[in-house]
Amino acid sequence: MHWKRTRSIWEYFIEKCVLINGIACILLVALIFLFLLREGLSVLKYTSPWEFLLGEYWYPVSDPPRFGILPLILGSLLVTAGAILISIPLGIGAAIFISEIAPDGIRDWIKSGVELLAAIPSIVIGFIGMVVLAPFLKDLFSLPTGLTALTGSVTLAFMAMPTIVSITEDALTAVPRAHREASLALGATRWQTIYRVVVPSAASGILAAIMLGVGRAIGETMAVMMVTGNAAVIPHSFFQPVRTLTATIAAEMGETVHQSPHYFALFAIGIVLFIITFFINIGAGFVIQRNKR
Amino acid sequence: MSDQSRILPLGQSTHELRTAPGIPAKRFRLRPQITEKIAFILLFLATLTILLPVAVIVVVIFVRGLPAISWTFLTQAPTMGMREGGIFPAIVGTVYLALGTILCALPLGIFAAIYLTEYANQGALTRWIRLAIFNLAGVPSVVYGLFGLGLFVIFLKFGASILAGSLTLAIMILPVIITASEEALLSVPQSFREASLALGATHWQTIRRIVLPNAIPGVLTGTILGISRATGETAPILFTVAAFYLPYLPRSIFDQAMALPYHLYVIATQIPNIKMDTKAGTALVLLILVLGMNLSAIIIRSRFRRRKKW
Repeated sequence: MHWKRTRSIWEYFIEKCVLINGIACILLVALIFLFLLREGLSVLKYTSPWEFLLGEYWYPVSDPPRFGILPLILGSLLVTAGAILISIPLGIGAAIFISEIAPDGIRDWIKSGVELLAAIPSIVIGFIGMVVLAPFLKDLFSLPTGLTALTGSVTLAFMAMPTIVSITEDALTAVPRAHREASLALGATRWQTIYRVVVPSAASGILAAIMLGVGRAIGETMAVMMVTGNAAVIPHSFFQPVRTLTATIAAEMGETVHQSPHYFALFAIGIVLFIITFFINIGAGFVIQRNKR
Repeated sequence: MSDQSRILPLGQSTHELRTAPGIPAKRFRLRPQITEKIAFILLFLATLTILLPVAVIVVVIFVRGLPAISWTFLTQAPTMGMREGGIFPAIVGTVYLALGTILCALPLGIFAAIYLTEYANQGALTRWIRLAIFNLAGVPSVVYGLFGLGLFVIFLKFGASILAGSLTLAIMILPVIITASEEALLSVPQSFREASLALGATHWQTIRRIVLPNAIPGVLTGTILGISRATGETAPILFTVAAFYLPYLPRSIFDQAMALPYHLYVIATQIPNIKMDTKAGTALVLLILVLGMNLSAIIIRSRFRRRKKW
């Protein structure tokens, strides 16, 4: 019958359309990487990869310009490390509290609070970090400036927190009830059950949560740019201004000339960032997918 | 406790039983019940430490920002080098961007979710698509900005424009929309699909007439959360659309536009001697927009859950 044929053609067409949309997601990741490479690799005409990654001086507009991103990499690592040191104990602790201890009524309120934190735009958190946190830390440690790596770490810790809390909580909730009951039946207290049974069973999920937290912290841009002071020097302590990879791109791209060495160098920083977060995300993604099966 | 110790062999306490063989028991050990109390209190404090700054942020923005809010502030363009006047063009720009973003992201996101839930078999391709979505969710926002600059602004020659900014933001929020839509589609019971197919409907008819209508609230929730994320982001629009200052409103999708988050960035860091009120007021408007969207998403979600009969 004629209408049946057109209908099956239509079905076939729809199916392919939908498939294309699914595949588009993979293509988008490839496309992002491709465009970063296309614009960023030209920096190698002006500097060697070695010099770029390990050079100690970032003077993009001096003559001759120097494109060493080591201070920026170390700045990013320092701020991220500080943030993770703060957010791991707090975030995992809060996740345990939410999934294992809090009574039902309170649990929903806490979860809404964490969701609220996730919803606040990074520029607003950066603004608060600038006008509230920075002066506070400056007075607390009597520093010459409040815009330091430490301020960046504290700010970032709270921005990575929703990721760490919610994914850790998912991992804890996924631990079968029977495990808890068996442990309690053996006479263990609830706390002993939590740290001997529940947390070890959820270990891989918690690891994924931490990885994603690190990824979030390394990639965060605006808040970190507003509170770290943006000095592109190799950092020696938490109490001095630093500059991150992300902040460098955001702060300088607006002033570069299209196709200039500086422009290429900023795209090359983008490549470095993309590769770092790509491996962190794929790693965490594999861990989470394996847990689901 | 006393009941338990009675049935233990002589001289063995519960404490010693808990230690593994070969490891000498510690002399002084807190009773497990006390350890538990301490641990729970610490965990509660950790939770409080996270929630307290959230309250501080919201309260500070509201208290400092509220005095700045007035009719003039909301409906006038900035004057006197941003020091006076209002933020109207930034609000308009943000609304345009949000609309553009959703127009670009929604079709792609829903169709990708339909593919994953209704058509895909659990093979390697599906796994790769999921990993790709997962990865898109983790790409730093400033890298999206670079990508948008490279592809839309320069390669496709859109220039810094609402179109380029919307497309960039759309790709960024794609994972949010896909994940939420997928969840919504999966929550439609399998029996609905089977009933429809049994009546002779085709695969696509079933999806369009049965599955999608039942999944709409979930898709809507995800969409709103996506727009809220796009509204608050600054880094992706820095080089793709945002204008420092525009004396007129954008007239087409190829125009630049001011945007609230970028405006806040500009007056907070780039221009000296801006009144605290103005900055906090701008932050407040942005916060109300974003939190309002999140709140409505939560309300839709909970009403939908209550109404759901299956």
